[in-house]
Amino acid sequence: MPAIARTPHPRERRIIFKNIDREGWTPDIDCYLKDGGYEELKKALTMPPQDIVAEVKTSGLRGRGGAGFPCGAKWGFIRPGETKPIYLICNADESEPGTFKDRYIIHQDPHQLLEGMIISCFAVNARLAYIYIRGEFPLGAKILEQAIQEAKNHGFLGKNILGSGFDLEIYVHRGAGAYICGEETGMVESLEGKRPYPRIKPPYFPAALGLYMSPTIVNNVETLCNVKHIVKMGGAEYAKIGRPNNTGTRLLCVSGDVQRPGYFELETGGLTMGELIYDICGGLRPGRKLKAVIPGGSSAKVLRADERYKIKTKQPDGTTVEEEIGIDDIRIDFDSLAAVGSMAGSGGVIVMDDSRDMVWALNNINDFYAHESCGQCTPCREGSLWMSKITTRLLDGGGADGDTDILKSVADNIAGRTICAFGEACAWPTQSFIAKFPDEFLAYASKNGKSSSAEAAEHKSDDKPKASGTGH
Amino acid sequence: MEIPQELSDHIDEVITHYPVSKRSAALPLLHLLQEHFGYLSDEAITWVAAKLGLEPINILELVTFYPMFRQSPAGKHHIRVCRTLSCAMGGAYPLLDTFCKHASIEKPPHGHNAHLLKSADGKYSIEFVECLASCGTAPVCMINDDFYEAVSEESVPELLKKYQ
Repeated sequence: MPAIARTPHPRERRIIFKNIDREGWTPDIDCYLKDGGYEELKKALTMPPQDIVAEVKTSGLRGRGGAGFPCGAKWGFIRPGETKPIYLICNADESEPGTFKDRYIIHQDPHQLLEGMIISCFAVNARLAYIYIRGEFPLGAKILEQAIQEAKNHGFLGKNILGSGFDLEIYVHRGAGAYICGEETGMVESLEGKRPYPRIKPPYFPAALGLYMSPTIVNNVETLCNVKHIVKMGGAEYAKIGRPNNTGTRLLCVSGDVQRPGYFELETGGLTMGELIYDICGGLRPGRKLKAVIPGGSSAKVLRADERYKIKTKQPDGTTVEEEIGIDDIRIDFDSLAAVGSMAGSGGVIVMDDSRDMVWALNNINDFYAHESCGQCTPCREGSLWMSKITTRLLDGGGADGDTDILKSVADNIAGRTICAFGEACAWPTQSFIAKFPDEFLAYASKNGKSSSAEAAEHKSDDKPKASGTGH
Repeated sequence: MEIPQELSDHIDEVITHYPVSKRSAALPLLHLLQEHFGYLSDEAITWVAAKLGLEPINILELVTFYPMFRQSPAGKHHIRVCRTLSCAMGGAYPLLDTFCKHASIEKPPHGHNAHLLKSADGKYSIEFVECLASCGTAPVCMINDDFYEAVSEESVPELLKKYQ
């Protein structure tokens, strides 16, 4: 894959991305072994599995797929002495718009993922595992299959791994273009050969009842890679990276209107939004000003550039202090982004400058969710399509008084009323765009398509895509 | 429907990846048949169902749900242009139009919605797809299984020359 050649920024701390774009680095096992690969697997196999789970708990590792759920706690849901077979699924669906980190691990460093996966399977006693990779990564699937074969040939996979008595098979399973497969219970259904309709909760986690009605751990690619490094440095040492409750590094993907978009590995909470945009990504294009940031994948609530946020920060002595900060000072970690009303999500940061029309941007997002709703729950199936139709109509000059209220009402009636978090994912953009940029929506509604934004006309297309509904 | 021996062996091997339930092999089998035949005919759907001990509806409902499966042939070369936000900000809409122009694909009004647009000679087909997960190098596209980043409108004629 023709990756963008780039050297890591001096502020980066590359652990997971150590080998990405590394000179002379190849994805084959010889290169990986020469660099000390699979040493952590050897170490892990000498440890009691429950000790590995304990180290992961100590590390404070939170899931890197979007929800930020503590990985050790998830693993802890597997009951001791479980008699049913246990499965592990690596979520390599990477489908949240704005996110493009796992792609590089899969294509350039597949053995790091496999090593993390094998250790994780050993820790939770899974003997059969799948890498569910999005269908749009055909080359990635081939690279992973090749890596699995190489690992087998070296005795890292298969029967009696390195004489430990532990058996494990990993298979690559390709999706076929449906975003909802990234939702973990949808992924389980898809892997069972069905439509990927997310399952009703409870049970809240596939760890209770997952693939083939057995306990199943579903972890993101980046999360599983972290496990290797936790085994290497120990949970306590790993927890020193980043900030309390936001440990380790974070892969951030920056796209949109910055001079140097790209992927960066940084200590979680080790920098602010302003530092990310201006210091690391080179700021905005000449003459442009920051208008908005979507900080954690397209479903994260949008942040307005000139907004002031009141946040409570915990002091070392245990007291909390309330302070008011601007967008530049928002620390990029799970808790800080939640405190300003958005989320760190999947690490996909989409930056928009003052040339962007917010109605146009929301319409693009609405089209995405209308296309990707699985159709199982009425509020989401109908609502996502209504929202997309309304924003399309606004752009096409057919706005009407009250459109903004209707949009908000539709969004409010989706969130919290669906089986899975897709409901929130599709409602949050509409809710936040309207709350943050009401004037632009009202202008479209009343002026029938005359946006205040300078380049609205440029972005506007005569033939807007019409949402096409479930699947197709 | 002729399934060559090699493909048949491959299919049998893939089914062994799912020791707990053969039904799990549905997606992989559909991928293999679509790669071989170019699309999934009714016959192919029935064949997969029989192979996995399922009813045809169990397979048809997958084909109609998952966007990558198609029930009619694509062009000889299939182009997917990413439509989602970062790529749209990077110029994906005019890029799609440029691809259509140079691939002699007639895009009807509101053509961004069409599931699969084809050139009259069947050489190219094009699809405006959702996020391809490379937002930092927008706009991006795929031609068949090949992936292209930061695709400029100017580069389109040169790019298409590679796919004759």
